[in-house]
Amino acid sequence: MQRPLLVSVFIVASCGLAYELIAGALASYLLGDSVMQFSTVIGVYLFAMGIGSWLSKHVVGNLLVRFIQIELLVGLLGGLSAGLLFLLFTLHSGPFRLALYGLVLLIGILVGLEIPLIMRILKREVAFKDLVAQVLTFDYIGALAVSVLFPLLLAPHLGLVRSALLFGLLNALVAAWALWLFRAQIGAPVMLRAQCIAVIAMLATGFGFAGAFVSLAEANLYNEDIVHAESSPYQRIFVTRWRDELRLYLNHNLQFSSHDEYRYHEALVHPGMAASPGARRVLVLGGGDGLAVREILKYPQVESITLVDLDPRMTQLFSQSAMLVELNRGALNSPKLTVINADALQWLEASPEMFDFVVADFPDPSNHSLGKLYSTAFYRLLKRHVAETGLIVVQATSPLYARESFWTVVATLEAAGWQTAPYHALVPSFGEWGFILAGKREYRLPAAIPVPTRFVTVDTLPALLHFPADMARVPAEPNRLDNQNLVRIFEREWGRVQVH
Amino acid sequence: MRRREFLAGVSATGLLAACGSSATPSLPPGTLSGANDTLGHRLRQRDLPAPGETRRATVAIVGGGIGGLSAAWKLARSGCDDFLLLELESEAGGNSRAGRNEVAAHPLGAHYLPLPPREARATRALLAELGVLRGDPDAAHPAYDEKYLCHAPQERLYINGYWQDGLWPTLGIPKAERAQYTRFQDSVAELRRRRDAAGRRAFALPLALSSREAEFLALDRITLRDWLLREGYTAPGLHWLADYACRDDYGTSAAQTSAWAGLHYFACRDGEGQVLTAPEGNAWLARGLARTATGRIQPNALVFRVEQGRKEIICDVYLAAEGRSIRVVCRELIWAAPLFLIPHVFAAPRREWLAAIKGAEHAPWIVVNLTLAAAPQTRAGHPLAWDNVLHDSPALGYVVATHQQLRYAPGPTVITWYRALHEESTPHRSRPGSSPGKLLQGRDAWAEEALADLSRPHPEIRELATRVDIHRHAHAMIRPLPGRLWSGGRGSFESGRAGIQFAHADVSGLSLFEEANFRGVLAAERTLTRLGVSYASSL
Repeated sequence: MQRPLLVSVFIVASCGLAYELIAGALASYLLGDSVMQFSTVIGVYLFAMGIGSWLSKHVVGNLLVRFIQIELLVGLLGGLSAGLLFLLFTLHSGPFRLALYGLVLLIGILVGLEIPLIMRILKREVAFKDLVAQVLTFDYIGALAVSVLFPLLLAPHLGLVRSALLFGLLNALVAAWALWLFRAQIGAPVMLRAQCIAVIAMLATGFGFAGAFVSLAEANLYNEDIVHAESSPYQRIFVTRWRDELRLYLNHNLQFSSHDEYRYHEALVHPGMAASPGARRVLVLGGGDGLAVREILKYPQVESITLVDLDPRMTQLFSQSAMLVELNRGALNSPKLTVINADALQWLEASPEMFDFVVADFPDPSNHSLGKLYSTAFYRLLKRHVAETGLIVVQATSPLYARESFWTVVATLEAAGWQTAPYHALVPSFGEWGFILAGKREYRLPAAIPVPTRFVTVDTLPALLHFPADMARVPAEPNRLDNQNLVRIFEREWGRVQVH
Repeated sequence: MRRREFLAGVSATGLLAACGSSATPSLPPGTLSGANDTLGHRLRQRDLPAPGETRRATVAIVGGGIGGLSAAWKLARSGCDDFLLLELESEAGGNSRAGRNEVAAHPLGAHYLPLPPREARATRALLAELGVLRGDPDAAHPAYDEKYLCHAPQERLYINGYWQDGLWPTLGIPKAERAQYTRFQDSVAELRRRRDAAGRRAFALPLALSSREAEFLALDRITLRDWLLREGYTAPGLHWLADYACRDDYGTSAAQTSAWAGLHYFACRDGEGQVLTAPEGNAWLARGLARTATGRIQPNALVFRVEQGRKEIICDVYLAAEGRSIRVVCRELIWAAPLFLIPHVFAAPRREWLAAIKGAEHAPWIVVNLTLAAAPQTRAGHPLAWDNVLHDSPALGYVVATHQQLRYAPGPTVITWYRALHEESTPHRSRPGSSPGKLLQGRDAWAEEALADLSRPHPEIRELATRVDIHRHAHAMIRPLPGRLWSGGRGSFESGRAGIQFAHADVSGLSLFEEANFRGVLAAERTLTRLGVSYASSL
């Protein structure tokens, strides 16, 4: 009986660590800020295991039966944990964090009960020093096995929901195995057998349908039909449709909604382009959806547009999918356009080309890599590519929700020697959004917007350049590569906004 | 953990054994390079061909590390162009050389320069000349080019399975121990401000400008570890950091390092920990110095005999690439090679030189460059930094060559893993019976050691590595053992002698860029004075 129990220690330990990793990974996947999520999940889990160990002294009666019951319960809860949490998150209404830590606490307590119970069962046969040595050895080996298998094999191939179910099944199988092995000691209680079969059946069914469940849940997450989903080497790309509204999500962050993207892209392009009647060579950095290019193509004097976007899957998708091509009016298939799939920084360092107007439409500076695209070094580099009379425009997050971040970008451009003209526009999907025009000379308002627009007009331009008191300039230090203060400020400001 | 060990572990339980093959994964390809020891060691055999051709130069510089290159730089900048620099290796640069492959340039040795203090005037002048220091080089805190200032995040420490920000261990460290950190940092800040009656800093860089007051020099007689204990510092985290700092800068443990040298590390600079770095480590600095000596550097040149005549100095030089020897006759000699070579080369070395060399030890270093298909993942904690240190490791962690590249997309990278062999010294012929030790173990053994060390935070490292290249420095750094700095015989090299100046960091006793640079410029300026050439001092 000793060997089977040690094997079960190995499995039980693997399962225990797996649930912890799955909860941590799921929380960071859904909530972001992985350091925070992993730390708190691991903390709560370890603490709960302590509670479980302490509670184990109150477990009396037939220890084998108790062990089997606990295994079944761990298997059920742990196995369904990822699915339940995912579902709850997508329903929006649920108190997600409460459920997350509640579930982690509960599973942790049950897992904490396991090892003390096994030790008590084995105590009758094995000397204490061997007992501790053997049980803990297998406990740690099990943990090790999963800690390696999880990131390399399970998470990428099975996904979180199915990995959890797999470990749940393992727990339940340990219970069934123990029931069979020790039938002599515990008899064959019908209830226990029935519970075993029920749990295994539930988990196995769940495993079979997990794929369908995940897409259901992701559809739920977006509350709309997913019309395209793929993972490129750089990001997860989702396009969703609800009635006549198309939306693009990159890594679950909304990039645009077809209902109001014209507001964003008109605001991004026209204040600069209308003021640059001589702009013939235009550069777009980021913006692989072609929507900024669509606006730029309205100006007949533009001779060439270069679009530099890292992800070839994005530019292919937006030049091929009929529905998306309709949205950007075939901008990416324009003969004036050259698409370059490269790292904008590396491309700019190597390229000798000069431009009259440059659009820097990058994702927000949410990590150190992206923060480089908002640094003094980057804006100095950009300066080498812009003509004397040229202009650049930078999307610079929300001056309302991330006020200091926005003005940090302004300060950064100024530190790099640009003259800036910050402005903002209301894009309902995003809220108040901020842009910064910058040139080697002072920006002058255009007398007219010479192309058809729905949102930006020459009368409303002065209002866009005016910042009400709640978005007005705050003192800020430039974002340099050696301090990257913008990433910290941005994390703090958006962390305050995104409270689930 | 390696896949092999992992499989061995689980197959013992009879589980998962069918999941994968248990074959040992083969090592990624790579090379073993390093100082040309075969050529260097021919000095002992005395079987080199007699010189044929004779060349003349006003000044000969022996050794093309930072000391020799700095001397060449100063001579050239002062209009003295008739010099010849003789370098043993195929390329000048010494410890500041770099490798390059299709992914990135990467250091083979020294890889960063802390922002130099005001006293390091020659180093600041060089940085200004290279356009990296902007504005007044004598300002308290000059501005530096962002491209070379280490980008954020600069450093992180792997401790208790978690990457924490910064190198002072803080994760899970009790408050009382962290209070000791603060006390130590305060007392170091005090030492940084201390000046003696003559206005000299307690710990200056270059160290020649330091105070000579007995209170400070006494610190050279005990080890850093003993000093910490004497001052009541018991916190293991503090001892770890002190030990790490010594291993990193001197190739010695805190229990071997002179307390003066150890405190100098903490108290001589005021750049708040900021450093200048580049993908190729410090090779850009060596290149910046060497461009002034174009056409006057003779590589693959082993100087095997130096004899001082009445008016001239004779250097016999074996040109390894050509298999012949030449004689270089010069008026002035700048010796910028390691000092331990002097007994093997000089026809009549002074007795005090030999005495000064006798107790000197050099720390061997191993530098492993791992080319990776992608950056290693961070499982828990702070994101990948430039300098990534492992707390429970005899090695010094790794730096990321692509960190300073202007790019934001993930991609392949090169990481450089450092190991100072603080536990063994370079085997010298003069110490018969000394074991060859780890230094001489082969490429595969070092590659395995680096991979095993890195696999703790990065279990996937073996799968990521596409090349593992080893660079071995047998005599990388002179060790500042107690007594070596202020009571050894350094003085006899500091003053030089008529016609011969010494320009290696060995003369300072600390193997630092600023010291080598100072020694090189000082030797050049003394030479210029002797030649009657006027110059503006850089010191």
